Amino acid sequence: MPGERAVAYYDEDSVTMAVEAAIDCLRDIDSHTVDGLLFATTTSPYKEKLCSATMALALALRRDIQTADITSSLRSGTTAMNFALDAISSGRASSMLVTASDMRLSPPSGMTEQALGDAAGALLLGKDNVIVEVQGSHSISDELAATWRGETDTFIRSWEDRMTMDESYSKVMPEAMEGVMKKCGLSPKDFAKVVFDPPGDVRRHGRVAGELGFEPAQLLDPGGLFMSVGLLGSAMSFTMLVAALEQAKPGDKILFASYGNGADAFVLQVTDAIEKFGERRGFHKHLESKKMMRSCNDYLRWRDIVPLDQARRPERGHISVAANWRERYVDLGLWGVKCRRCGTPQYDYGGMTTTPIRVCAVCQAVDDFEDYNFARKKATVFSFTHDMLAPSLDPPTSVAMIDFEGGGRSLFDLTDRDPDQVQLGMEVEMTFRKVFADRGLNNYFWKARPIRC
Amino acid sequence: MAGSIKDRVAIIGMGCTRFGELWDKGPTDLVVDSVEEAYTDAGIEAKDIEALWGGSIFTAHGGRFFTEALRMQYIPATHVVNACASGQDAIRNAAYAVAAGIYDIVLAIGVEKIKDEGMSGLPGMDNRTHTHAVATMPGVFAIMATKYFHRYGLTPEEGKTMLAKISVKSHANGSLNPKAHLRNVLTIERVLNAPIIAWPLGLFDCCGVSDGGAAAILTSAERAKEFRKDPVYIKALQICGTPSSGRITTDYDYTHVEESYRAGAAAYREAGVTDPLKEISMAEVHDCFSITEAVTMEDLQFSPRGKVKDDIDAGTFELNGELPVQPDGGLKCFGHPIGASGIRMVYELYLQLQGRADKRQIKDPKLGLAHNLGHEPYAPLCSVCIVGL
Repeated sequence: MPGERAVAYYDEDSVTMAVEAAIDCLRDIDSHTVDGLLFATTTSPYKEKLCSATMALALALRRDIQTADITSSLRSGTTAMNFALDAISSGRASSMLVTASDMRLSPPSGMTEQALGDAAGALLLGKDNVIVEVQGSHSISDELAATWRGETDTFIRSWEDRMTMDESYSKVMPEAMEGVMKKCGLSPKDFAKVVFDPPGDVRRHGRVAGELGFEPAQLLDPGGLFMSVGLLGSAMSFTMLVAALEQAKPGDKILFASYGNGADAFVLQVTDAIEKFGERRGFHKHLESKKMMRSCNDYLRWRDIVPLDQARRPERGHISVAANWRERYVDLGLWGVKCRRCGTPQYDYGGMTTTPIRVCAVCQAVDDFEDYNFARKKATVFSFTHDMLAPSLDPPTSVAMIDFEGGGRSLFDLTDRDPDQVQLGMEVEMTFRKVFADRGLNNYFWKARPIRC
Repeated sequence: MAGSIKDRVAIIGMGCTRFGELWDKGPTDLVVDSVEEAYTDAGIEAKDIEALWGGSIFTAHGGRFFTEALRMQYIPATHVVNACASGQDAIRNAAYAVAAGIYDIVLAIGVEKIKDEGMSGLPGMDNRTHTHAVATMPGVFAIMATKYFHRYGLTPEEGKTMLAKISVKSHANGSLNPKAHLRNVLTIERVLNAPIIAWPLGLFDCCGVSDGGAAAILTSAERAKEFRKDPVYIKALQICGTPSSGRITTDYDYTHVEESYRAGAAAYREAGVTDPLKEISMAEVHDCFSITEAVTMEDLQFSPRGKVKDDIDAGTFELNGELPVQPDGGLKCFGHPIGASGIRMVYELYLQLQGRADKRQIKDPKLGLAHNLGHEPYAPLCSVCIVGL
């Protein structure tokens, strides 16, 4: 299959990608104004445990918010979007952050493996200063096991695709889209763009659009981004919508739909506020700043599909849930302190013993601090190494002492880096990553990376 | 400061095992072999020991480990855990007890059995939440090399060549020492062409990992000559702890180790040394990595800041130089069984001062300095011990 696919790095998963998208989404927005966080995915790292609660700490959201994971469906993103819209319409929330993220695995060497991509999208839904109005929605429920993963399945299973596309995708998508157009009294010519998921056979995408009466120019691109990033699971619809909005003008109408055991369709109207919408990395800047992988072997290694020889290094102990909980703001939120007496910002993830900071490292003041967040701070590389001895799924392990803008220093792993390009003085930013797994639990933490774009 | 240890306590016997991958030696063997040599050297017996301090960070768990190995009969025993300074801190505690007049004859031991782990490097010391950056010890010292090269305008080639000379020198010394783990002679080319462990440090920039044990028997200066004609006197024992602020605040330059400097300065004051390069006859410093030795030469005021390269190039620290460093081969050739290293260093100074260092003998040494650096350069614990005649 031609084209390129988006592949998450070895230290990313659906949670970290969703955080990344949400940070971009909230770029100039006070995170304390967000009333809820929904995480939509078919690749939650947990069957039992809420990921959105983890993400809320990484995103510095308030505590009195609704958090929920909407899982199992490829259209969980638009399902979550509907729930969020309902919460806002009912007055229960003023704004809801909705993330959709997926990193699905296919058995190696099959067609599906060639088609899949990893991605996340985030939308902030609210009442005020909206850049897009949701003018109508329509949903269809449809029972069919087109693709599935059972309780113990690592890889996607699927039924013969011609059958599932004939009987489900090619019928359900038009049904949902026609349904919402009818509710709103609109026809295909009223839309600047039509944005909806492609199926496994992307030719069907164009065919559905054509049969509904859309012109090719109304499509985001002929394959719905398939050729540039692949099929993104529950993140497909949000990613496509973000890409469409980056080109949208005030007054544009967008027909937006997502498929998965049925379909959700929406009529969206772009407002004047989009002209003043702040800079985001969004879809295109992330795509432009891609890095090419060296080989498919890296993918098999990063996803733990092929067993590897273990580095002859000490075995790491077990995760302590108690220690994780005690240090949740320090580790997940990258919260440090600023000394009220000497003004020094300080972060300490703890050597062997110390967290949180109780005594100022400069003036020895005790418990006289204000909270200080490092997650959004830029930093510069003070010094670094590329460590060949430290175990890594993509050696060498690049580690840097970084100095934060405004003060504060710490040692962090450098990720998403080209070892040959790392230099003293290089600007870096913080990114939320999966750093350790033990007995079904993931530890997430922050790494530094060269400013992506 | 209230007092000084200078010339109050003497070393009257020492022992040291061969260091290496001692597959057939257990922890008890390392204790017994080193202590038996020390007993014989001092001309005493087990029953003469009144108290002991044992340094170890992985092998021992409490003072019982040492009394059990030696079948000591109901004497006080303390396990000293103080990172790479554990061995020297055992000597410090033992010396203070003698100086306080509590005991006459005490034993300080350092031991580590590392090669039961089935892997290279040291056993793990993970933090509880498994979140921190995963640099190895070579990694965190490599970061210092990167910064040092940058700060003093050395290209990677110039910097690595400077460091290579340190390893070549130490291996030349270690090749003369039957107790060293690594006794091969190196060339600069071989060092420079070795595989990278943590850039810019290569294989031969890193010390070995070994098993080993070392022991010292201490008594008061007043009684020392009852045991031998050439006791070695303790001139200074200093340890400098760390606020661990080098990884928290931006003022740490990562090209020196403040704790080494302060431990050294305090030891010089205690010993009455005013011109270290002139007065110190030889030094065993904590060369866990070649860059550590380079920076330590500056921290201990042997070389001006940023100028150690000139002294390395001049051969100052070679066995026949102005101030021989690592006359026994250092951590580089002995490896680093943590608890044992500090006492192994003092063992070499002791032999040199008594003129018993064989092919490595330095001419007429008066004062020897031993230095340990525990943990990482930005948050270390450092010790300096000065001994002399």
